[in-house]
This record gives sequence, structure tokens and C-alpha cells, in this order.
Amino acid sequence: MLDVRFSDVRLPSGPGVGYKPQHFNDILKNAFPVQWLEIHAENYMGDGGRPLAQLRHLSERFAISVHGVGLSIGGEGRLDPEHLARLKHLVGWLNPASFSEHLAWSTHDSHFYNDLLPLPYTDATLTRVADHIDAVQDAIGRRMLLENPSSYLAFEESTWSETDFLHELTRRTGCGLLLDVNNVFVSAINLGYSPQGYIDDYPLDMVGEIHLGGHDEDTDDHGAPLLIDSHGCEIVDPVWALLDYTLEKSGPKPLLVEWDTDVPDWQTLAAECTRAQAALAKVPA
Amino acid sequence: MTTQSDFEGALLDANKPVPAGLSDGSGRPAGRRYWVYRNNVAVSLGDALGTGFPAISKLVGPQNFKNLAAIFLRQHPPKSPLMMHYGAEFPAFLEGFEPLKHLGYLGDVARIELAMRQSYHAADATAADPTQLQRLGEAELMTCRMTLAPAVHILRSAWPAASIWAFNMVPGSPKPQAKPEDTLITRPEFDPMPHVLPHGAADFLIALAKGATFEDALKVAQSNAADFDLGATLNLALGHGAISDILS
Repeated sequence: MLDVRFSDVRLPSGPGVGYKPQHFNDILKNAFPVQWLEIHAENYMGDGGRPLAQLRHLSERFAISVHGVGLSIGGEGRLDPEHLARLKHLVGWLNPASFSEHLAWSTHDSHFYNDLLPLPYTDATLTRVADHIDAVQDAIGRRMLLENPSSYLAFEESTWSETDFLHELTRRTGCGLLLDVNNVFVSAINLGYSPQGYIDDYPLDMVGEIHLGGHDEDTDDHGAPLLIDSHGCEIVDPVWALLDYTLEKSGPKPLLVEWDTDVPDWQTLAAECTRAQAALAKVPA
Repeated sequence: MTTQSDFEGALLDANKPVPAGLSDGSGRPAGRRYWVYRNNVAVSLGDALGTGFPAISKLVGPQNFKNLAAIFLRQHPPKSPLMMHYGAEFPAFLEGFEPLKHLGYLGDVARIELAMRQSYHAADATAADPTQLQRLGEAELMTCRMTLAPAVHILRSAWPAASIWAFNMVPGSPKPQAKPEDTLITRPEFDPMPHVLPHGAADFLIALAKGATFEDALKVAQSNAADFDLGATLNLALGHGAISDILS
């Protein structure tokens, strides 16, 4: 008998978009070229009302990716059992095509900072994050994807490269990866390494989804470029080029356009998705 | 080693130094790179408050609201990753904020905004059929109990809080009159709406919400408001889906 806990829908290797309620009517009228939608888990953990009604409606037509932003998988403390229970409930009733979260922390001593805060890549962090991923995958009864962060600074105590760290996490927990190529670009520029070199070292066969988004430009104390992951503007050409570089090595993947602040009209988002679709079209299946 | 306690220490306090052990990736101190996180936290929490309390922002002005939010979020960082619940302490904070003492109504207007947000995310419920009441005989009516929909909130204020909210948020609303107001928030489908309640109606509905019989709720209302208008109260509540069940 089929296990009803698991979706038999997978994210299609086509363009998807981070869902914003103001686009509900546009999406139902004509979503082209968007093939799937991603939601932030925490926005759908209320008890009812319009958010859940819209989500039920959309999930009848589109594969849905649930993307958590509040689990604090990198937190030093234990995972919040109440939040884990809420996540289990959401994933349980929605039965999404994918669940993903971040290699980051956001809660400490019961304070939630609503930002993705960075982690030192050490053996101790590795053990802790692996334990937390195990706990999440046990709770939701399925494999999760873990996303690489945007970094603005480095920890002197780190002993692992980010790519090795992620690879080791997949080996220990069986989780997959969400590769954010904008985050790769932002981190590489900020910390002075090659974004292509990062992709060369990255375990691409573990990737279940790719994120694309816009960033802002600033400078640090020494006038060096400091890119800030803002999801508030168009994706820049070097990030599209990095996507091409990645897809050539990885083959087609589900591509998500993220635009979370200063959200534009649907046509602007759809245009970014058309560009993502064109990037996929260049890649042999 | 830079622990998360070290890292969070300066997140909400710009006067604290950047934590040790953080660099730019080539050995120089992180410096203002750390500020990106501090800025992200302040902006995201400030934006969440602005989204949640648009009438307060209008009443004090957007720049004053930003300054208020900056103080509030340092005193009350979220305790839950559900940002839909952020700001529960904001009404009391406004009331206790000395420079705003002359705007005594702010707290209650903020309570209306908070209740509307809670109502927006509350569980769905099917409204009770108003004709069900008409079918009850007098004895049955007096002993029946009513369940309020989960999206319903009742707020009592010494200020015309609902009228102040409407005056700022709904174009064409009349100028508020200086008098106490009780507010009923309903959500017939998906959009919460505040209504000013007639005298005694809050007593009646609160009693029902606590499980009182129709008769007991009526007594409470009539003893608190000689001019209690039962018909108007029932029309308002039933007409906007505030009552989900009539149990006779």
C-alpha cells in the first residue's frame, strides 16, 4: 500500500517562485513559466484564515516547496520542540514536494532574531547540526534539504571549508542540499574566494533545488566589496553566469527565484523565471 | 571561540563592541561586516512591527514609529519564530513610554491592531444560522449557550479606540468622539473588521464566551447597561459570523 505520508510529487526541474499573497490572482490566471511555488513555513503556521486557504488552493495546482526560516538548525540549544511539532503538522497536512531549511541559527536563549546568523565550521558544529538535522528528518518523516548561507564574515576558529562541511552533513544525515548560487556569489566576493571554485568543490549530486536572488552592494571598513543578500532586486548577470556554470555540471534542477523585499509585480517576477527557464533550456537533460 | 552568546551580545546593542574571533576572511577584524547582521535584525523586526501596527505608525508618524520600534525590539525581541505573533507586548510598551503619555489611547488602538492580526490567522469556523434562534422557544432560548468563533475578539477601552483606528485606516470614517468604546472584531470570511459595540453588548458577549447561558449573559448586560439593546447586539454578532454555535 502507498505510504500516504509522502508526496509522490517532486519539484519539477523548471522555474519556481517564492510565493507572495499579492500574486495569488496573477498565478491562478496565468503562472507561465512558473511550474512550482515555495512558501516560508512560518507564515503558514497559523490556525486558519486566508493564508491557509490560499495555500490549500495553490497546492491543488502546483508542487509546493516548504522552506523554513525559523528552525535555527545551527542553534547551540536544542531545537524548539513546539516549533518542530508545528512543522510536522504543516508538512503532514500539506504533503509538500520538498522541505528545506538553512545552515544558520536564529534563536538563542529563547530569543528569535528573525535573521540567518552564521556558524563556525568546526567538528563541534558539525556534530550538533547533524543531530538537529536527524531530529528534523525524524519529526517530519522525510529527507530535508539544507541551504548554504550568505556570509559577511568568517570565524577564526573554523577548520572546515563550507563545501566539505555540507558534504559531510549529507554523508552523516542523508539530507540533501539546497544550493543558493546567489549566496555562493555573495559569500565568495565577501570572503575573497572563487565562486566557480566553490561550485567545483560542492557535492552537486546532492542538490535537490537551486535558489536565485538579488543582492545589494556595500563596502567594508577597508573599502572592499561587501555584498548583502537582500532578495530585493533583480538577479545580477554574474549570478546568472554562475548558474550556467553550475547547471552545466549538475544537469537540470528545480530553480527558484526569490524576491522577498520590495516585491515587484508578477510580470517582473515572471521575466526572471523566463530567464531561469532559458538557463535550463541550454542544459542537456 | 565565538559562542552564540558572544555573537548575540552586540546584535541588539550598537554600543557593544563587535565580538572577537570574527574576520573578513583574510585575517582582518570583521568590523562593520558584523553590522550587517545587526542591521538585518533591526530592520526585519522593525518592518514586522510596522506591518503589524499601521494605525500606530500613522498616529505617531512613520519616523517616530521607527524610533519607537528600535527601542521596543531591543527590550522585547521575539520569543517565537512565528512573526505573525510578534509585538504582543507593544500595547503595554506604548502605555508605559513616558514621551507618549499624552496619547493615552495608543495602547488600546494597538490592542485592536494586534487582535485583528490574531483574528486574521485564527481557525476557520462556520457561522451559526441566525434563524436557529428564532426557532427556539422562550425557555430554550434562555438556557441555550453560544460559542464565539475563534476569530472573534472583544476589547474594552476607556477611549474611542475603534473610532480612532477607523479614522486613521478607513477613508471617510467620522471624527472620533471622546467616549469609552467597546470593540467587537469579527472575521466573516478572511478579513477581520472592528465594530463599535452598543452599551452592554461587551458584557453580554464576554459572558457567553465564558460559557454563561443566554439568560445569565442577558442579566449581566442589563445590570451593567440599562439601555442594553439585545436585538442590535444579536444582529451585529450573528450578521458578522461572530457566533459559530448555538447549543440548546
